[in-house]
Amino acid sequence: MGEVKQLSVSAIRNGTVIDHIPADSLFSVINILGLEHITTQITFGTNLDSKKFGKKGIIKVSDIYFTEQEINKIALVAPAARLNIIRDYEVVEKHQLTIPDEIEGIVKCFNPSCVTNHEPVRTRFRIISKNPLRLKCHYCEKITDEEHLTII
Amino acid sequence: MNSLKNKSLVSINDYAPEEIELILETAERFEKSPPAGLLSGNVIAALFFEPSTRTRLSFESAVKRMGGRIIGFADAGSSSVTKGESLKDTILTVSNYCDLIVMRHSLEGSARYASEVSPVPIINAGDGANQHPTQTLLDLYSIRKTQGTLDGLNVFLVGDLKYGRTVHSLLIALSNYNTTFNFISPTELRMPDEYKLILEKKGLKYYEHDDFTDIISRADIVYMTRVQRERFSDPLEYEKVKNIYVLRNEMLENTKENLRILHPLPRVNEIETDVDDNPKAYYFEQALNGVYVRQAIIAAILDKI
Ligand SMILES: [Zn+2]
Repeated sequence: MGEVKQLSVSAIRNGTVIDHIPADSLFSVINILGLEHITTQITFGTNLDSKKFGKKGIIKVSDIYFTEQEINKIALVAPAARLNIIRDYEVVEKHQLTIPDEIEGIVKCFNPSCVTNHEPVRTRFRIISKNPLRLKCHYCEKITDEEHLTII
Repeated sequence: MNSLKNKSLVSINDYAPEEIELILETAERFEKSPPAGLLSGNVIAALFFEPSTRTRLSFESAVKRMGGRIIGFADAGSSSVTKGESLKDTILTVSNYCDLIVMRHSLEGSARYASEVSPVPIINAGDGANQHPTQTLLDLYSIRKTQGTLDGLNVFLVGDLKYGRTVHSLLIALSNYNTTFNFISPTELRMPDEYKLILEKKGLKYYEHDDFTDIISRADIVYMTRVQRERFSDPLEYEKVKNIYVLRNEMLENTKENLRILHPLPRVNEIETDVDDNPKAYYFEQALNGVYVRQAIIAAILDKI
């Protein structure tokens, strides 16, 4: 099994590995972390077999170490994701994600009459509950729940 | 130190209980001795992107009775200033011409956004179904004025409790005063759980009913709102309940002496006109109180109290 993995997503020397991403959230995670702007080597894998998820995604980014704030943003779409810091092919740190108390510019407000859906306003939410996930819009004061959550 | 100086009023939650108290006291003072000339030299902009004749006239009256000038527009369609222009650009432009902006807009959160981009303070005169804090403050003023206190009252909220922004804001404001609530509404238009939860957290009592004929004798305040046909998924359901939420004069017979009937106006048919002559009817005086309260808010923000 280990060798099959090596073939699909190769190991990196230094950088960050984000594992256990639900397969259908992989592209949201790529988006949230702004990986399209990164110039170092990035490898993605998706629809990999996982005991926990059925299908999972994995991202390996060479030479980039994210701040805790950046990484916690992905907790909204991949709460069970695991973050490994790699130095010289070795995992030197492991992180669990925590959902932040406030988020900006990631989630769309579900309220069609909200000003953020009509004017060029960056969305802003306070997380009023983490499980189940409930976000209160700073502008229209309506609550967006997990079921209606859309990533911008 | 006036903590309201230059501070926008977007949501009733923006004001601490002491600040609400300051507005109510100032409004009372202005009612007793009119603050004529207080705003001489000031220009207030009233930007009504969405028309609301009643609210606009109330603000205009408040400003003009204090000797201030008012500029602006009554609906976005008739104003060249807003054609294709972003809200931010309109606010930034108009803020050059005035000391304070009163705005009404159909988009929810528009006033919060405006308050973040505007160099002059904003008063929210209604942002869609979200907030209308000057209405809430005038409701509080009317309740306090007629009852002598805000503490420990039995308040009946009647009609559309699901979509009614007025009753939601009033509930939040009154939840600081040990209020007992009675909610009277059709099943489809019940008070949302999030508001009941707020009361439960504060240990306040509330009761839900689908009719109020038998219990109105306990009320200190009856706050009426309109039940609209278009809120019902089944038109037959509306036909069944529409007469239950109408206040008739004979229902007031055995009620408390201090009971007052409030309504945010405009009324359609939810209060029969024969109630108007009953001394317990208070909705037109309530509208007048709106002028004093808006004067107090404007004066506080411009630091003239
Ligand atoms: Zn919103």
